[in-house]
Amino acid sequence: MVERGTFRVKKGMAEMQRGGVIMDVTDPEQAKIAEAAGAVAVMALEKVPSDIRASGGVARMAGPEAITAIMEAVTIPVMAKCRIGHFAEAQVLQALSVDYIDESEVLTPADEQYHIDKHTFTVPFVCGARDLGEALRRIGEGAAMVRTKGEPGTGNIVEAVRHMRRVMEQLRRAVTSPDEELMTLAKELAAPYELLREVKKLGRLPVVNFAAGGVATPADAALMMQLGADGIFVGSGIFKSRDPQKRARAIVEATMHYDDPELLATVSRGLGEAMPGIDITLLAPAERMQARGV
Amino acid sequence: MAWYEVKNSGAVAADDRYKHLKIGGLAIQGAVAEHLQSLESCGAGALAVRKPSALAEVDGLIIPGGESTTISRLGRLYGFMEGIYHLVEAGKPLFGTCAGLVMMAREVEGQQPVLALLSITARRNAFGRQRESFEADLDIPVLGGEPFCGGFIRAPVVTSVFGEAQVLARINGIVVAARERNCLATSFHPELTDDLRLHRYFLEMALLGSAPKAARQP
Repeated sequence: MVERGTFRVKKGMAEMQRGGVIMDVTDPEQAKIAEAAGAVAVMALEKVPSDIRASGGVARMAGPEAITAIMEAVTIPVMAKCRIGHFAEAQVLQALSVDYIDESEVLTPADEQYHIDKHTFTVPFVCGARDLGEALRRIGEGAAMVRTKGEPGTGNIVEAVRHMRRVMEQLRRAVTSPDEELMTLAKELAAPYELLREVKKLGRLPVVNFAAGGVATPADAALMMQLGADGIFVGSGIFKSRDPQKRARAIVEATMHYDDPELLATVSRGLGEAMPGIDITLLAPAERMQARGV
Repeated sequence: MAWYEVKNSGAVAADDRYKHLKIGGLAIQGAVAEHLQSLESCGAGALAVRKPSALAEVDGLIIPGGESTTISRLGRLYGFMEGIYHLVEAGKPLFGTCAGLVMMAREVEGQQPVLALLSITARRNAFGRQRESFEADLDIPVLGGEPFCGGFIRAPVVTSVFGEAQVLARINGIVVAARERNCLATSFHPELTDDLRLHRYFLEMALLGSAPKAARQP
């Protein structure tokens, strides 16, 4: 018997990406640069997050032509973003045969109350989270991969660090809590109880957890890996820097050798300027993408 | 099992015979942790190989699923390939799953081979994109009569088998597992399930470390 789109093959797909870097790209040329640098997947977008942030307005799913052109340019998996709650955009992305859908706070949410029922799709989903409860709610809805939200398009790692530390701290707490405390902890974290029990049993999240939202340098990638990320998403950090080719390669190598400072020092040389950064404290609350779809 | 429980954790069938073996998982990129867990569940020692020097310490090596382009580029850049050849030439077994199969193939359709150790032709992403990824029960005669559940994730297939390579499994007539001497490769992912038979089969190859050896292409 052949069964497509089981949770095992969705979650397995994310496991194959472990230790890798997924890069935002806006055209086939960028996709080829990412693939040649050793990216494990590309995220097909119309604009990178920093441009979305700068231009304002409503950010939607990329057009089919742009996504298809990127899919034809590379052999590695191609992901694409849909708006939070916009299950029709997700249906279109599945029909286009993208390999992974990111139900993403980078785009303008279509539904401020509900997320997509991701169990009904054969294509796997990744979702952002700022804490364990949020991660487990998304997994409960069917996400086969999670990532920190960070603060996209800022080139500032502080929010990704905050979210990764919070998830890890809450994981440690769940794993060491006696069984009789788990229901109350589930209530506190607003986490599905059964998934919290699974976390305790496994000693980790039931799906892989990447870092996203602010990675701009090889050292940023190494920092997130040392904090416990399973891999790295780089949004604006590569193609908004002076030398994308070199920076892409350097971030891939830094993700592999995250705990080897000598090597990190070598790969960090001669990269030219990183993307411009934004001080998070200067962002108005409405400009914080991370608060979307919690 | 609930929908989210796709693999159990913890030892289930540890075998004393494997306890002196130390098997490496090539930890450049990909699903190496699941392989290490399966090896430990069998009762063998498992080591994540993050530096080429660690290749000298292991009694066998698994190249996990992942992105073959990424693993190949970084593997070459950081000098892992020579160590893998030494290991295979010393008679130690090599097991590649998915991307690992692509890397081991002597021929890969549309691109240059990587390690070129196993006499097969591989076709990448042969079933299509992720939407077409599936699991299926396979008949693998060398593992006995019980079907084996294989997860195929953007999986490659074997389009031709030559030299001394032997077919171990087919799905709808298409070859998805092959072995030549001390080289074993599957299109699918045995590490994503609790069925340890393929890992045990590989550990038996490691116990017979003196079997005929594969050689790199002249």
